[in-house]
Amino acid sequence: MLSNTLARSIRLGVKSLLLHKLRSTLTTLGVLFGVASVIAMLAIGEGASADAQEQIRQLGSQNVILRSVKPPDNANSNQQTRVISYGLTMNDYQRVAQTYPWATSVVPVRQLIQEVRYEDQVLNPRILATTADYRDATGRPLMEGRFLSPADEENVSNVCVLGYEVARALMPLKSPLGERVKIGSEYFIVVGTLQPRVPLGDDQPDPGSQVTGEVLIPLTTGTKWYGGMQVKIRAGSREIEEVDLHEIIAQIDTPENVPIAAAASRVMLDAHHQERDYEVVVPLELLARAEETKRIFNIVLGSIAGISLLVGGIGIMNVMLATVTERTREIGIRRALGAKQRHIVLQFLVETVVLSVGGGLAGIILGLAIPWAVETYADMSTIVTPTAPLLAFGISVTIGLLFGIYPAWRAATLDPVEALRHE
Amino acid sequence: MAEIVAALEGVRRVYQMGSTEVQALAGIDVEFRQGEYWSIMGSSGSGKSTLLNLLGCIDRPTSGRYIVNGRDTDELNDDELSTLRGREIGFIFQSFNLLPQLNVLENILIPVFYQDNPRPDAEERAVMLAERMGLGDRTDHRPLELSGGQQQRVAIARALINDPPILLADEATGNLDTQTTVEILSLFDELHAEGKTILLVTHEEEVGKRAERVMHLRDGLIEGITENQPC
Ligand SMILES: Nc1ncnc2c1ncn2[C@@H]1O[C@H](COP(=O)(O)OP(=O)(O)OP(=O)(O)O)[C@@H](O)[C@H]1O
Ligand SMILES: [Mg+2]
Repeated sequence: MLSNTLARSIRLGVKSLLLHKLRSTLTTLGVLFGVASVIAMLAIGEGASADAQEQIRQLGSQNVILRSVKPPDNANSNQQTRVISYGLTMNDYQRVAQTYPWATSVVPVRQLIQEVRYEDQVLNPRILATTADYRDATGRPLMEGRFLSPADEENVSNVCVLGYEVARALMPLKSPLGERVKIGSEYFIVVGTLQPRVPLGDDQPDPGSQVTGEVLIPLTTGTKWYGGMQVKIRAGSREIEEVDLHEIIAQIDTPENVPIAAAASRVMLDAHHQERDYEVVVPLELLARAEETKRIFNIVLGSIAGISLLVGGIGIMNVMLATVTERTREIGIRRALGAKQRHIVLQFLVETVVLSVGGGLAGIILGLAIPWAVETYADMSTIVTPTAPLLAFGISVTIGLLFGIYPAWRAATLDPVEALRHE
Repeated sequence: MAEIVAALEGVRRVYQMGSTEVQALAGIDVEFRQGEYWSIMGSSGSGKSTLLNLLGCIDRPTSGRYIVNGRDTDELNDDELSTLRGREIGFIFQSFNLLPQLNVLENILIPVFYQDNPRPDAEERAVMLAERMGLGDRTDHRPLELSGGQQQRVAIARALINDPPILLADEATGNLDTQTTVEILSLFDELHAEGKTILLVTHEEEVGKRAERVMHLRDGLIEGITENQPC
């Protein structure tokens, strides 16, 4: 019986809303845009934060990364050619490797600037000279073949592992395993390839390079063939950089020890470097910062959504109050024919809820379309969590109830005779 | 003698207009018995509508008692009064008061939906009543697509849908032409013959004469009651 009454009330409500299609549609817009913005912003925010977390995770959440940083250019000379030497040294590496009790492995990384050629393909990817532990420390999954081994290191072998993007650019049609690629003036045998990954923020292709991937070779081989000097050619000038190591990745045994190792690294580097030609990157700290950013984003989002839904709700209430006035006579007629106050309340409440839910549903559709469009056209990843539409739906029902109560109460407490007399 | 279905005891109704008071009913004592056919007459402003609204439980007396089927309306809450309006009283208005967005059948059915235990055959009964009112082929029309007489027939069918013992009509023929008025009045005669208690407010002598009894109101008081010879 109750469900019967409700079903009839809903039919009645829809019917009288359809009497004023334009007005009803306009009324729902507030809720529509409120709900759509909640869903869209949540999806974009989730997507961005998931990307950020994935990037940080790829750095290795239990790593402490020491990086060389080129100190600010204080030389005002306009020399055509100059040599700058800075950054982490092999001594730094030794200190970390020998004195960190929390480090399960310490990986040195040098970045080389060389051309990579295969047949008539020429690329300028990042060339990383490193040790076998690199893969374990960064968690990069292999696609084919094997990674660099300690034996390669010892034998100073001319072997390399190609990143997915590089492998695809060099030889799109065949497996690179066993192929010979030319790095600078030396030939290397490809022993493995890595799986693709989410591009890192600082992973922009180097100037003159078309790929974001990398090529990995043993550290000893790198030192043997390419020495310590790196020649960078800039517009008009040649710059020679002398950098021992570009990165030292210390893999730490437990998350609790990560801050300790980070602090130790900062103290150690500060003591041995005159200049700030290094930085210490702690993915765990970045993660915490990313989470804080997300929290702030959510608060901002929540406020915007709250305000727009409030405005939408007030819009609905406004229209419903006008509707009650406009339909005073109808209320009087219904009351004279036996309608109880709760019947009138239900009638008007149903109308507001139908309005707000209608707006909410349309808002959900729009709210799902926006992330889709963003993903398709802006090439950003978005994540629609299933709770977002549910939440939005719940909110729109609540809005309808909340802002419908007062107009409905006004309608129900009208004096029947007075209402009947109303023109 | 038949049972008393409605009784007014010393009923006054005073409208407060700012600081001045308008006494629309100044002390009414009257009993209506089962199956009686009354007309209530009086000049404009004499309190006819006020009286009928009180009888229809859409208004409450300022003082005095109104008893319907043995129950004092002063002791009923809003829900109980609503139920009473829906079940025991059929109200017919001068301006029909149909809902324009509903069709004929839906209009007739309005009082059914507000009943706690509506009769299960309500829909068939609505169709039957529509047919009886000569609207059998108009059940899905909107009120605005009907003539005044037809609209009033819909309103009468609506008043009858819950089979209430009492019918109240306030100038039910006031907006209708003579021919239609005659038709509506003969409908009332039929309903009277079926045992309904009918109270008809009118200021037309011709209409008033159709009733068994005529109550003459003047300045909120009963000036007199005349018995008509059955015709
Ligand atoms: N809502 C109201 N507020 C103030 N005074 C009212 C109200 N309704 C009626 N009155 C007054 O009460 C008196 C009786 O009014 P009522 O409507 O009952 O007259 P009536 O006999 O139905 O007249 P008519 O034949 O014109 O319909 C009148 O003096 C009227 O001005
Ligand atoms: Mg009147």
